[in-house]
Amino acid sequence: MLDVLKFKSPTKDTGKGKGRIDVNDVVIRFGKGADTHLAVDKTEVTIEAGEFVCILGPSGCGKSTLLNAIAGYVKPSEGAVTVDGDTVQKPGPDRGMVFQQYSLLPWKTVYENVAFGPKMAGHSRTESGSIANTFLELVGLKKFGDRYPAELSGGMQQRVGIARALANYPSVLLMDEPFGALDAQTRLMMQESLLEIWRKFGTTVVFVTHDVDEAVFLADRVLIMSAAPGRIIEDVRIDLPRPRSTDMASTPEYVKARQFCLDIIKAESRKAFENQNT
Amino acid sequence: MSTAVKPAAPAPKAAKAAPEAPRPPMTPPPRPTLASHLRALDWGHLGIVAASLGIGVLLWHIVTAINLNFFINFENVPSPAKVFMAFIGHIQTSIFWTHIGVSMRRILISFSIATALGIGIGLMMGRSKIARAFIMPYIEVVRPIPAVAWIPLAILMWPTEESSIIYITFLGALFPIVLNTLHGVQQTPEVLVRAAQSLGASRTAVFTQVVIPAALPSIAAGLAIGMGVSWFSLLAGEIISGQYGIGYFTWDAYSLINYQDIVVGMLVIGFLGTGSTAAVRLMTRPMLAWQKRTR
Ligand SMILES: Nc1ncnc2c1ncn2[C@@H]1O[C@H](COP(=O)(O)OP(=O)(O)O)[C@@H](O)[C@H]1O
Ligand SMILES: [Mg+2]
Repeated sequence: MLDVLKFKSPTKDTGKGKGRIDVNDVVIRFGKGADTHLAVDKTEVTIEAGEFVCILGPSGCGKSTLLNAIAGYVKPSEGAVTVDGDTVQKPGPDRGMVFQQYSLLPWKTVYENVAFGPKMAGHSRTESGSIANTFLELVGLKKFGDRYPAELSGGMQQRVGIARALANYPSVLLMDEPFGALDAQTRLMMQESLLEIWRKFGTTVVFVTHDVDEAVFLADRVLIMSAAPGRIIEDVRIDLPRPRSTDMASTPEYVKARQFCLDIIKAESRKAFENQNT
Repeated sequence: MSTAVKPAAPAPKAAKAAPEAPRPPMTPPPRPTLASHLRALDWGHLGIVAASLGIGVLLWHIVTAINLNFFINFENVPSPAKVFMAFIGHIQTSIFWTHIGVSMRRILISFSIATALGIGIGLMMGRSKIARAFIMPYIEVVRPIPAVAWIPLAILMWPTEESSIIYITFLGALFPIVLNTLHGVQQTPEVLVRAAQSLGASRTAVFTQVVIPAALPSIAAGLAIGMGVSWFSLLAGEIISGQYGIGYFTWDAYSLINYQDIVVGMLVIGFLGTGSTAAVRLMTRPMLAWQKRTR
């Protein structure tokens, strides 16, 4: 068994109470002048510290854009995002990011990738190394430390990506369709694995997906976005007990929650389809 | 929707579960040694290369032996045997080795300067839009000017013959290095930059830890191309020289209408150029080890 306390930062208290996200009337437009394109329409939402929230919506609706605004890659055209009261200005290690594409530095070993964040934070080589080992152990990949990323399977690379983001003890973990490129079986294992890590680590998770099953299985809350331009049209609380396992997929509560989300998504997709044809 | 029911997997120890196997090899490949390089040599490939060169020399022998004169005239072209004898004669003289040594020294100096400046300028252009807009026009205009065209100006501008030759050689190597470095920097995947930023990397750290490593393969390719180009610029430059250099040797043989020596000079240049390009590839290889292991 892994020691939960091991994953708490000795210096920073990232425990309960940190990682609250406020998205305040955020509007995001791309382009200038006549080419302006509205990607995210007026969005107002609060994510509590320690919550696991999924953002669900059809592709192209602005999920990544909204997440990138929380991460600090994209500046809102209007409104602002705050994390624990501080306005997001630029990317930072307090908001860990996991991408859909493979984003490990290919010229660094798995171990060096995970140690990168602690090193940037000013930890010594040995400290960074021991943090890296701790988190590689957390995702079950300690013995692959001296491999290069491309020598690992897609699922393993994503686990390294999660370990790397967590190694900075972020208060928020942002995930943009992190399992989208994996095969179905691997994806299920990764979802359970992620919940297990989250249970130990207790950080706020914002997880973007277009997969209804994934959202319902993982989340405390599912935020459903409209078709482009994206806007949160529904905030669904998922009251399934935790810890969750994949067997729950047949329980009436799960089926009901899933059907509820699915109906909204279907209506949205139809709207988007009709908009395209007019 | 058929995805309604998830397969009831036995709740695994999730965090430790490693459902998918890593890609082989299970153990990291050993560091390459000379012996492993020799073993790894593709003998079949080498056989084809040898056969190709053999056929080339044979055809060369035949067309000169029969004095072929059909549109292309081989009557005055020296045979391989004659050239080979001339070559054997030359390698026993110290002056021939001086020619080679002097040329190699010029290449080494020019190429080193071109490497340092070229990578520096390329990185600067990759990093700053202003630098790019400022420098690019010069590159566009100066790059197409052939090395020979520089001879008069180089002689006027530089204090010594040696420095004008080195200047001309340097110019040849510079542009491929600059452009490849710039290209490499611009090719850096955005997602890697973002990942590093989210891990707390400063602008400088992003540059040294992400952008430069990402550009290395392209820089290495630029160095190899630059080395090749510097050899044919050197030839132009050595026309200036009144004394030494393999280019001078060839030019001198041309003035004296010594056909064997012209071909000896040409072939020596060809082999030296190939050899030094291969040396550049070999020297840049350790920087790209991660690429090799990932293939
Ligand atoms: N950097 C950008 N510049 C211009 N348009 C963008 C940019 N990023 C995203 N978009 C546009 O914003 C819309 C939403 O994109 P995105 O957030 O990636 O959707 P999703 O992640 O939901 O699939 C799309 O129409 C996309 O083309
Ligand atoms: Mg997206």
